[in-house]
Amino acid sequence: MNDAVITNPKIILKDLNFHYGLFHALKSVNLSIPEKKVTAFIGPSGCGKSTLLRTFNRMYELYPKQVATGEIILDGENILDAQQDLNRLRAKVGMVFQKPTPFPMSIFDNITFGVKLYESLNKRDMADRVEWALRKAALWNEVKDKLKQNGNSLSGGQQQRLCIARAIAVRPEEVLLDEPASALDPISTAHIEELIHELKKDYTIIIVTHNMQQAARVSDYTAYMYLGELIEFGNTDMIFTTPKKTATEDYITGKFG
Amino acid sequence: MLSLYARRRLINNFNLTISLLAMVFGLFWLVWILWTLVAQGFHVLSLTLFTQMTPPPGSNGGLLNAIAGSFVMTMIAALIGTPIGILAGTYLAEFGQRGWLAPTTRFVNDILLSAPSIVIGLFVYEIYVINVGHFSGWAGSLALALIVIPVVVRTTENMLRLVPNSLREAAAALGAPQWKVIMLVTLRASTTGILTGILLAVARISGETAPLLFTALNNQFWSSNMNQPMANLPVVIFQFAMSPYEDWQRLAWAGALLITFMVLALNILARIFFRQKAPSH
Repeated sequence: MNDAVITNPKIILKDLNFHYGLFHALKSVNLSIPEKKVTAFIGPSGCGKSTLLRTFNRMYELYPKQVATGEIILDGENILDAQQDLNRLRAKVGMVFQKPTPFPMSIFDNITFGVKLYESLNKRDMADRVEWALRKAALWNEVKDKLKQNGNSLSGGQQQRLCIARAIAVRPEEVLLDEPASALDPISTAHIEELIHELKKDYTIIIVTHNMQQAARVSDYTAYMYLGELIEFGNTDMIFTTPKKTATEDYITGKFG
Repeated sequence: MLSLYARRRLINNFNLTISLLAMVFGLFWLVWILWTLVAQGFHVLSLTLFTQMTPPPGSNGGLLNAIAGSFVMTMIAALIGTPIGILAGTYLAEFGQRGWLAPTTRFVNDILLSAPSIVIGLFVYEIYVINVGHFSGWAGSLALALIVIPVVVRTTENMLRLVPNSLREAAAALGAPQWKVIMLVTLRASTTGILTGILLAVARISGETAPLLFTALNNQFWSSNMNQPMANLPVVIFQFAMSPYEDWQRLAWAGALLITFMVLALNILARIFFRQKAPSH
């Protein structure tokens, strides 16, 4: 199933299973995610791609009756282990959601919210960190004069870049993107996609997307999922031009899904 | 035979007429009540209302002790009831997904929310007034606080539930522990809604008579001692309106008008608060 040769895996999934109560949502997924590359998860609705993404920072634990079994090895440690410190894991793994989720506070405080959880910086260092994160997210020029304004006052696309800035301000090593552009207009989407290109120099990025053109544009590797199973994983060019499985080809060419 | 379209239009007009009539019927009484209140109470309004104590029959006076007593007891009730209500509402909204405690609490709270206020007055009479041996301002505040709590619990829970889960997830995804998510994000996101709930609770208790009859009773004179019976507008209105003295009856009308204006002002304030929040969503 794992057709691409990943020489520098950041994350290795071994026999990962996931249950929502009685529903078996992920069926024995094995996968290696390469470091400092963009990996896209595609597949029809309900195929388990978002569920898979939410296991990387154990987001599912907020809800009762959601259980993951198997192994997710991040930098040699199994993060599903009960010993794993959740806050440390989430400091290392940032996440951006489908809808922009600015907190009800100023733009500045939105960025410092996560930073303050792990570091006690003085005023100056904190201001530098905020600028650094906003520059990384290509938002600095638009907001540098209104850092005291409420995060909700920004446009949808700006809000989403604020959320990306907030995630990387904590200095994670990987960033999870759950359909980050599906609620945005085409211009904002283009901004986010450019940003993903920039960010992969420093971060391991995993993106879930419904939009196959987007997966083809932004990702280096693509995983096609269907009904909780990983059908095919490989180089994005290969998946989109010469998929090995007919199921993948049917989905990509639009015959199905 | 009527065409389908014409029949639909007929039914539509019929229903519209019925609805309008029902609305007019409802508003008619409301307007009549307000009109009577204004007609009887407005000419009694004067500065002496706010500067003089409730008089013995046959002499001039105002409602100062009753206004002050109502104000103090309402404020203390809000101060006691609001923190408890917010904490309990937060528990229900943020921790109430698992177990049996939250559904039970919610159920009991709903009963308390619709409990007749006279029952709450009798309850405080039974457990507090009888044991202390006399009516008091504290007993009145306690009874009013018991009315505030379920209202604030309910609005707090509802407002927190309006906060999208994605906001909680976003804060948790940064590694924030749950108490920080609640304190810094979800409660803050629903501040205006919760404030609205508090204002509505205050509006609700400022007109309550039954719970005060058994607890604070009344006081003809100025008293700032919470351990003594305390004057308050609703009970003064009740006593003065029932009395045979015309000057007392006039004061009762003025008091009723004052309370109505107060409740109206609180409701308007609550609406303004809530509207401020609206555009961000």
